[in-house]
Amino acid sequence: MLGFLRRTWGAVRRPSVHYSLGFLTMGGFVMGVVFWGGFNTALELTNTETFCTGCHEMRDNVFVELQPTIHYTNRSGVRATCPDCHVPHEWTNKIARKMQASKEVWGKIFGTINTREKFLEKRLELAQHEWARLEANDSLECRNCHSAESMDITRQSTRAAEAHERFLFTGEKTCISCHKGIAHQLPDLGQASLMAAPEAVAELSGYLDQ
Amino acid sequence: MKRQTALIAAILAAAIGGAALAQQSVATLRGGTPLADNADPMVIPKVVNTDLRQVRNYPEQPPLIPHKIDGYQIDLNANKCLTCHSREAIEISQAPMVSITHFMSRDNQFLASVTPRRYFCNQCHVVQTEARPLVENGFVDIDSVLEYVKNQQGGSD
Ligand code: HEC
Ligand code: HEC
Repeated sequence: MLGFLRRTWGAVRRPSVHYSLGFLTMGGFVMGVVFWGGFNTALELTNTETFCTGCHEMRDNVFVELQPTIHYTNRSGVRATCPDCHVPHEWTNKIARKMQASKEVWGKIFGTINTREKFLEKRLELAQHEWARLEANDSLECRNCHSAESMDITRQSTRAAEAHERFLFTGEKTCISCHKGIAHQLPDLGQASLMAAPEAVAELSGYLDQ
Repeated sequence: MKRQTALIAAILAAAIGGAALAQQSVATLRGGTPLADNADPMVIPKVVNTDLRQVRNYPEQPPLIPHKIDGYQIDLNANKCLTCHSREAIEISQAPMVSITHFMSRDNQFLASVTPRRYFCNQCHVVQTEARPLVENGFVDIDSVLEYVKNQQGGSD
C-alpha cells in the first residue's frame, strides 16, 4: 500500500517524458472545461421543476398545492418554479443547500414521506425548516423578485400599504413573517404554537399543577 | 255565435301572447340561448377591495368583508382570518377584533377562544363584487321604515 502511494507520488512529481508541455496544458484546460461544465450542467439539471416534480412526494403534495396560487397562475403569466424559492441563487449558498439536499435523497430512498399521511405528519416540521431559513436570510428568495425599493405602495390596497409601511420598510419584519402559506397549504398551526413557546407551556403547566 | 268565437279567439291570443312575453322577461343566467347551446359566460366581476367598512343594514348583520380573501385558508389546520382578526393579532394587523359573540358557546358561555360555531368565517361574512344585481332589491332599512311611519302619523294627525 505504502509502496503504491510512493510510486504514484513519484510519477506525479517527475516531469513528463512522453507528453509535451503544450499537450498537458491544453489537455488540462479542456478536461477542466468538461468536468467543471459537466458538474454545473448536472447541477442546473437538478435545479429545475421537472426534476423536483419527478418524485411523487413533491408532485402529488406540494406541487398540486402550488398550482392554484398566485405564484403559478396569475394575470401576467410570470411564475416562480420550485428552485426560485427553495434554492439560493448565489453559487456558494447553492452548493451548501445542495449538500443539505443529500438528506432528502436519503428520505426518498427510505420513503420518509412516501404516503400522503406520512407527509401530513411531517408537514409542520418541514414547513418550519423553510420558515426558519427564510427568517434567517431575511427572505432572500422572495427578494430575488420582490424588492422593497420597487414596491409602489400607492398601487396597493390601504390594508397592504399600511402593513408594508409599518413592518417591511422599517425592517421590523421580513416577508415570510406575514406571508406564510401563500404557495402551499399551512400545516396544523395549533400544534405549531405549542411548539413555538415551550417555556411558556412548561411554565403554565407548572402553574396549573400547583 | 260568431261574436262569441271571435271573443274566445281574442282571449286565447292574448293569453298565448302574454305567456310568451312572460317567458321572455324571466331573468335567467342563460338568457335566450337555446337549450342545446352554451350561453356565453358572464365576465367574472371584481371583488370590492376598498378597505372601507360597509354600512350594516341591520344590527345583527355580519359585516361585509371590505377586502379580498383570495387564498385565505380556513380548515382543520389553520384559519388565515384569525391571523389578523384574533384577539392577539390585532395590535399588529390593526384589524377589528372578532366581537365577543364569536367566543360564545350556544349556551351563551364565553369560551377562551373563538367558538367552533364561528370558526368558518365565510358562513356569515362575505366579500362583495361589482356585479349588477339580476333582480332589483327593494330592501329598506329600519330607519327608513321609522321615518315612513312617522310621516304617515304626522299626515293623519
Ligand atoms: C392581513 C390581515 C387580514 C386578514 C388575513 C383578514 N382580514 Fe379582515 N380585515 C383586516 C383589516 C385591516 C380590516 C379593516 C378594514 C380594512 O382595512 O380592510 C378588516 C376588515 C374586515 C371586516 C369588516 C369589519 C367591519 O366591522 O366592517 C370583516 C367582516 C373581515 N375583515 C373579515 C375577514 C375574514 C372573514 C377573513 C378571512 C377570510 C379576513 N377578514 C382576513 C385585516 C385582515
Ligand atoms: C355565525 C355567523 C358568523 C361567523 C361564523 C363569524 N361571524 Fe363575525 N360576525 C357575525 C355577526 C352577526 C357580527 C356582528 C355582530 C357581532 O359583533 O356579533 C360579526 C362581527 C364580526 C366582526 C366585527 C366586529 C366588530 O366589533 O366590529 C369581525 C371583524 C368578524 N365578525 C370577523 C369574523 C371572523 C374573522 C370570523 C371567523 C373566525 C367570523 N367573524 C365568523 C357573524 C359571524
